Amino acid sequence: MSSLSFQEIVLKLKQYWGERGCIVQEPFDVEVGAGTSCPETFLRALGPKPYRTAYVQPSRRPADGRYGDNPNRLYKHMQLQVILKPTPADVIEQYMGSLEAIGIDLRKHDLKLEEDNWENPSLGAWGVGWQVMLDGLEITQFTYFQQCGGIDLELVPAEITYGLERLTAFLQGVDSVYDIEWTRGVTYRDVRYTDELQYSVYNFELADIPTLWRLFEIHENEARRLLTLYSETTDKKRFPLLATYDHVLKCSNLFNTLDARGAISVTERVGVIGRIRKLAVGVAESWVDQSAYQEQAA
Amino acid sequence: MNLLLEIGAEEIPDSMLAEALDYLGGAIAGLLKEHQLGEVSVRTDATPRRLVVRAEGVIARQPDSEERVWGPAANAPAAAVAGFAKKQGLEPGQLEILSDGKAEKYSCIRKTEGRAANKILADALPQLVLKTPFPKSMYWTGKGGVRFIRPIRWIVALLDDRLIPFEIAGVPSGNESSGHRKLGEARFPVTYENYEQKLRENFVILSADERRARIQAVPTKYKCDNDLLNTLVNLTEWPTPITGTFDPEFLDLPKEVLMMVMRHHQKYFAVESRDGKLEPKFVAVTNTDGDPEGLIRHGNERVLRARFNDARFFWNADQKRPLSERVQDLKNVTFQAKLGTYYEKTERMDELVLILLQHVANPGKPVTEADITAAKVRYAFGPGSLEFHAVRASRLSKADLTTELVKEFTELQGIIGGLYARVQGEPEEVATAIYDHYKPVSMEDSIPRTLAGELLSIADKLDTLRGCFRVGLIPSGSKDPFALRRAAQGIVRILVEGKLRLPIQTLCEGNLQLEEFLAERVKYYFREIRGFKYDEVNAVLVSGWDDLLDVEERLEAVRAVRPTENFEPLAASFKRIRNILRQAGFEGLGDSLQDRLLESGPERELYEAFEVTRLACKVLPDYRSRLEQVASLRPKVDMFFDRILVNAPDPAVRQNRLTLLHHLLAEFSTIADFSEIVTNSQESK
Repeated sequence: MSSLSFQEIVLKLKQYWGERGCIVQEPFDVEVGAGTSCPETFLRALGPKPYRTAYVQPSRRPADGRYGDNPNRLYKHMQLQVILKPTPADVIEQYMGSLEAIGIDLRKHDLKLEEDNWENPSLGAWGVGWQVMLDGLEITQFTYFQQCGGIDLELVPAEITYGLERLTAFLQGVDSVYDIEWTRGVTYRDVRYTDELQYSVYNFELADIPTLWRLFEIHENEARRLLTLYSETTDKKRFPLLATYDHVLKCSNLFNTLDARGAISVTERVGVIGRIRKLAVGVAESWVDQSAYQEQAA
Repeated sequence: MNLLLEIGAEEIPDSMLAEALDYLGGAIAGLLKEHQLGEVSVRTDATPRRLVVRAEGVIARQPDSEERVWGPAANAPAAAVAGFAKKQGLEPGQLEILSDGKAEKYSCIRKTEGRAANKILADALPQLVLKTPFPKSMYWTGKGGVRFIRPIRWIVALLDDRLIPFEIAGVPSGNESSGHRKLGEARFPVTYENYEQKLRENFVILSADERRARIQAVPTKYKCDNDLLNTLVNLTEWPTPITGTFDPEFLDLPKEVLMMVMRHHQKYFAVESRDGKLEPKFVAVTNTDGDPEGLIRHGNERVLRARFNDARFFWNADQKRPLSERVQDLKNVTFQAKLGTYYEKTERMDELVLILLQHVANPGKPVTEADITAAKVRYAFGPGSLEFHAVRASRLSKADLTTELVKEFTELQGIIGGLYARVQGEPEEVATAIYDHYKPVSMEDSIPRTLAGELLSIADKLDTLRGCFRVGLIPSGSKDPFALRRAAQGIVRILVEGKLRLPIQTLCEGNLQLEEFLAERVKYYFREIRGFKYDEVNAVLVSGWDDLLDVEERLEAVRAVRPTENFEPLAASFKRIRNILRQAGFEGLGDSLQDRLLESGPERELYEAFEVTRLACKVLPDYRSRLEQVASLRPKVDMFFDRILVNAPDPAVRQNRLTLLHHLLAEFSTIADFSEIVTNSQESK
């Protein structure tokens, strides 16, 4: 089997889902810990409008950084995020088709769906689903969303999140993500090693804790200010909730960085997560509220 | 007729199949019986993608039934009579006039035609299926839609060859099943008779036993693990085991870590040699019909290698900071918001370990400040003393919570600490105590192997119990987030099975709720695990339970003496004595028996026998012979009650008799309170 390069896999998966009615989006441009946090998922999952999208989302997890030393752990990894809202009845068959599309002959491999329910307390979001195991490797997280921002969803979306590095390493038969062939003659190491090293140094050693806390508070205050404004304004329709949400995401990433830096005690943790959730829930509720105004107008 | 019901769903979590089948089988048998469709036994089966119920001999149609219906009185207006007749589907002329015992009334026989089984099932099955209990259900058709464990994608519902028509969540019932996701057909028709065979042709083995047998048929001798085996049986429709290998270099890592990765993270069976050493092999169970090209084996080996590399990375990284330094880091790790950090918990445990040690060294004696000071001095002298080992272990016991390996493998807390302590040069006694200190983690698990480990384990659990009860975190019903029941049960088991004389009740620091909670666990242990009768346990506990070894000895004695002829009658008499004393409002305080008031005959004889028994009990070596001695009082007690009026006219005599009975009760209730024993005469009531 001549295996596909990293970028060929990405292109093929995008094409596959594009052919199945997904809007192929580009990555969201604010740092996030997972594709779920992007407005394309978190906000679009809300409300009664059907929606299908697929996008690659670079996901930053400061605590997972390993200075580029660990063959399987990355500060920033790439997820392919697929949202199918509502979920088609043959969603799993479609998903399996996507694996075939990148050259996995499922008759020769062992695919299992093992229970794995997903929850993100700082977004007030949860769902049930599986981790998809291919020959013992978790390649995908499959979730039926039930709540976002603490709100029961009107249409249940399926969220399919592929771990692109793992999947490629599997297909290319390499033991380290850094040995993945990105494209002919270029490895993942060539492209990404420097980021991994430098961000690990920053997150674990140099990030200034008081500064990060100040930034956290600045973004928190701005998000809170905007949410209050929204509740008071009569001109709901054009209110910038998306910009508000950006500040919530900034808080979330700053929290993760502070956490990696060891600056958040276990006691504080719950409290800070609660602060972020309050904002995320506020945006979600406002978003649902705003959609009603937009429908009236339409 | 034969019923076949198959609910086809997306992959149902393996742990939920058994309970779902129990419910479905019972509910369908109940439904058939309730509607007079036969008392049939039902068969249930499941794979990850289907819940199946089959029943033979279902009656096709309910029997017809008749009942008499009463209408208006004989003298009612014609319109009312016509209305009644119309409602019954008759002409007024077809009605009879009969007496219902009070008055003459219009009446008729209403025949109810039995309904077809098919109809009854079609009406009832959707709700019945949707009521299947699952720990966590979901909706998928939209807000307010039906809930099930995972989306339902097809339904087979047949009564012989006839469809039972209904629909659930928009999925209509039919006669088409679905095969293995990759090896079988997506849709194919089935009948009751060919159902299992058709599934097999489509790479689905319906019988869990057969799937289990296929998994066990692997030539590699793996370490049997029934929980894992059941998980794999319920995760596969066509299981095929394969054997893989890993680099023997990884065997340098602790066996516990390797096993954890294989069993819990990868669901592999570990392979051991005859002498219990781990071999560099594993058995994985695939949901396929084979791996001719070795692709699956290769993939699994690669994943395991990555996992082991991770573990090695963490292991090495953790060594950069020994446990002794990590103790300080515990100041930032909260144990519980109201109970402070793990650092504070460890400090309390250190103190508690020393107190427990003194109790063990001097059973039955109170522990003084001086004892503790002396113990601290022995600790300060360093390795060699039990004090040092136990307290050092306590000090380091929670430090592994800050390590990468424990963050990755939470289930290995304590064990990792023990392993690290060993490689970091702590004394073996310290390492073993840390390694064991969460034990026993279940009823089946063993207790810690060493005294230091036992004391550390008790100190840890007791501190958690005391703390939680102090701040009101008390388990209620099924809610027990801090696993306090398990902690308390662990203490009871360690004390009894480790033969430790510790004043457990005293150690509750006067917290009555905690005492009661522990007493419940003591009762549970002796009843359910040790098989003592509940009344024996109650009787013995009433006489005290501070020392559980003493409780055990007294229980053994009661159990041994109970079948003897005098015991239960005497127990009945003791109950009588208790009632008499209660009715008389007898306090007994300071009343000494006055010899001159004793009437000769049965009263004096009882008194003399009592004195003999009392003195004998002081010298008899064990509880059993003492109990036998007490039981031998029975004829004298019987005689006393036959002949003597306790409620004598002379108040002084009456008081003296009550005093005698009181002494009798008080003296012999130190082993067990006989009045708690349920005797035959009571049971027959």
